[in-house]
Amino acid sequence: MTRLWATLRQTARLMVGMPDYDAYLRHMADHHPGAPVMDRTAFFRDRQEARYGGRNGGRCC
Amino acid sequence: MTRHLPWIATAIIGVVALAVVALSRGENVNALWIVVASVSCFLVAYRYYALFIARHVMRLDASRPTPAIRRADGLDYVATDRTVLFGHHFAAIAGAGPLVGPVLAAQMGYLPGTLWIIFGVVLAGAVQDFMVLFISMRRDGKSLGELIRLEMGQMAGTIALFGAFMIMVIILAVLALIVVKALAESPWGMFTVAATVPLAMAMGAYTRWIRPGRIGEVSILGLIGLLAAIVYGQAVAQSPVWGPIFTFTPVQLCWILIGYGAVASVLPVWLLLAPRDYLSTFLKIGAIAALAIGIVIMAPPLRMPALTQFVAGNGPVWAGGLFPFLFITIACGAVSGFHALISSGTTPKLIASEAHAPMIGYGAMLMEAFVAIMALVGASILDPGIYFTMNSPTALIGPDAASASAAVSAMGFPISADVISQTARDVGEHTIISRAGGAPTLAVAMAEIFSHVVGGPAMKAFWYHFAILFEALFILTAVDAGTRAGRFMLQDLIALAVPAFKESKSHAPGIIATGLCVAAWGFFLYQGVTDPLGGVNTLWPVFGISNQMLAAIALMLGTAVLFRMKRDRFAWVTVLPTAWLLVCTLSAGWLKLFSTDAKVGFLAHAATFAAAADAGEIKSPATSMAEMRRIIFNDRIDAALVALFLAVVLAVLYFTIRTCIAARRIPAATAREIPAQLVPAQ
Repeated sequence: MTRLWATLRQTARLMVGMPDYDAYLRHMADHHPGAPVMDRTAFFRDRQEARYGGRNGGRCC
Repeated sequence: MTRHLPWIATAIIGVVALAVVALSRGENVNALWIVVASVSCFLVAYRYYALFIARHVMRLDASRPTPAIRRADGLDYVATDRTVLFGHHFAAIAGAGPLVGPVLAAQMGYLPGTLWIIFGVVLAGAVQDFMVLFISMRRDGKSLGELIRLEMGQMAGTIALFGAFMIMVIILAVLALIVVKALAESPWGMFTVAATVPLAMAMGAYTRWIRPGRIGEVSILGLIGLLAAIVYGQAVAQSPVWGPIFTFTPVQLCWILIGYGAVASVLPVWLLLAPRDYLSTFLKIGAIAALAIGIVIMAPPLRMPALTQFVAGNGPVWAGGLFPFLFITIACGAVSGFHALISSGTTPKLIASEAHAPMIGYGAMLMEAFVAIMALVGASILDPGIYFTMNSPTALIGPDAASASAAVSAMGFPISADVISQTARDVGEHTIISRAGGAPTLAVAMAEIFSHVVGGPAMKAFWYHFAILFEALFILTAVDAGTRAGRFMLQDLIALAVPAFKESKSHAPGIIATGLCVAAWGFFLYQGVTDPLGGVNTLWPVFGISNQMLAAIALMLGTAVLFRMKRDRFAWVTVLPTAWLLVCTLSAGWLKLFSTDAKVGFLAHAATFAAAADAGEIKSPATSMAEMRRIIFNDRIDAALVALFLAVVLAVLYFTIRTCIAARRIPAATAREIPAQLVPAQ
């Protein structure tokens, strides 16, 4: 049940272009240990700009 | 063998349902037959055709690292669970297109549209999405323009990029036109849509400063605000003070939208675009799910005939015969070129394994086709008299209920003036006459279905405005996001001639490109709004032609890649749909240019008006010499645009053939994939 909820939540967030913050932290820990990481708010703002800035193309009609 | 048995059963159910849909005459067919026919066809196609393409044509390799693995950065490149990614991809491809096209196509009856959606998606649309995803996935998630440049040369890539920009302009104009058609003279609708602007800004402030990143929370608050806006909209519309303030003519709305587009696309994204996208995305998914459930519960009979007399052409909603114009009227839902931009956008950077590609690429498009089927069902369960009253231009049916009832009854769809007025009252509008564009028709159908399930007839007006709001919301989001994307496309294009234009440090190029982009779609929007025939009549076919041409370009890229991979043997998978799309779009484009029927051909239309103008006559529907000149000018611009699209697609066809011939001469594969054994890039 909690897994289903987590998947739904993650789906809804990715639908509006927001990737998983925990996955980002895991990636940074695995591949760039010690490197500075964005906090949740910075991550949110970074991804928002990346999705809506226009560089990633539009969406469909 | 036994594992095939359930699929054989599904196929039999599909064939039976399809036969019922296709062969019943005279009696009312239940809408569920269409739903069952399409779902079974989609399931069987997914199980066999998508798998065949994956295994034999593409030879997908689950062990091959995808861009999300190779270039993992936790941000743009993230290996994502496949159901999560399916949702992301579906939300990105499904917009207003699959809802509008099928509604317009219903003028020929429900059968042609149903068959085209089912066969079109299985053999062309889903193949295109899947193929582009595959190609991009093996090339680090590059975009369509870059892929064409990589596989077919610099020139082909630039031409395709230019084509994509023009298509974007037409899409934005058509989408904005649909909003104008839905909101003109509708204070209730206008108030609710206008209310979303301050509402979204409040949400933006909330996610920026109060509770950053709480998307779910802010969306629920926003939804409550939206529902309140719909409820209070009725009081606003009826108020003698506020009602007139929110009542606009189409031309006023057109200028409001152009101004909105210019301002919204330079505001910071967190303020308006992002929060409204949350609302529109979740509302879209929710409304689509609710529509599916509603149709199943209500199980309505189809009241539109299977085929109408307009199959031969001469229909009031759009001009032209079944071939080729049905195949460009239903673009999104059957095959949509725009998806090529999505399938080569964020999705290939998020896919965790090549084994997920059939579900994401092929499956999500089947899902969109299902949305198109539901829109077609929606239009077909309405009284055909209401359908033609709503979708015929005023020039044909006159401005009031009496004239519309007489004209539509004369078409062979008897309807009384009382029923027309009553339908308008039921949904809380002053009038439903000549509300072309698909959105209002679909909203009436959704009000019909939703009120059957929740609330009864008293709730119809609420559901109608809910449906209008839901469509207007994501169209406005698309206009805003599309203007931003168009700006960068234009900047890239201009930079080819003037390199300084790419400079992102100074503001001038961005502002100039944004202005040009808004001016371009604004021009076509104004032309559509002031078009005496209602605009949709003129612009939708141009949009359809351009969108299908982009699809043809994407499929040609697929063909060229298959040849370069030395899989020529399977090239029919993309060649077949390419050929069909080329036949449809080239003949539709040719007819739009050179048909001697002034209803179809732009140049013939311009010629009849020019002849009249030379003789000093003013020809209906123009009312002045200035209007005459504008009609002639618009016709010529539209003709030039169609000619341009034809030139783009023929140029890409030339480069494709050249690439394929060159690939045949070389014994080894030449496709520029990232090699399978390459170690992950760090």
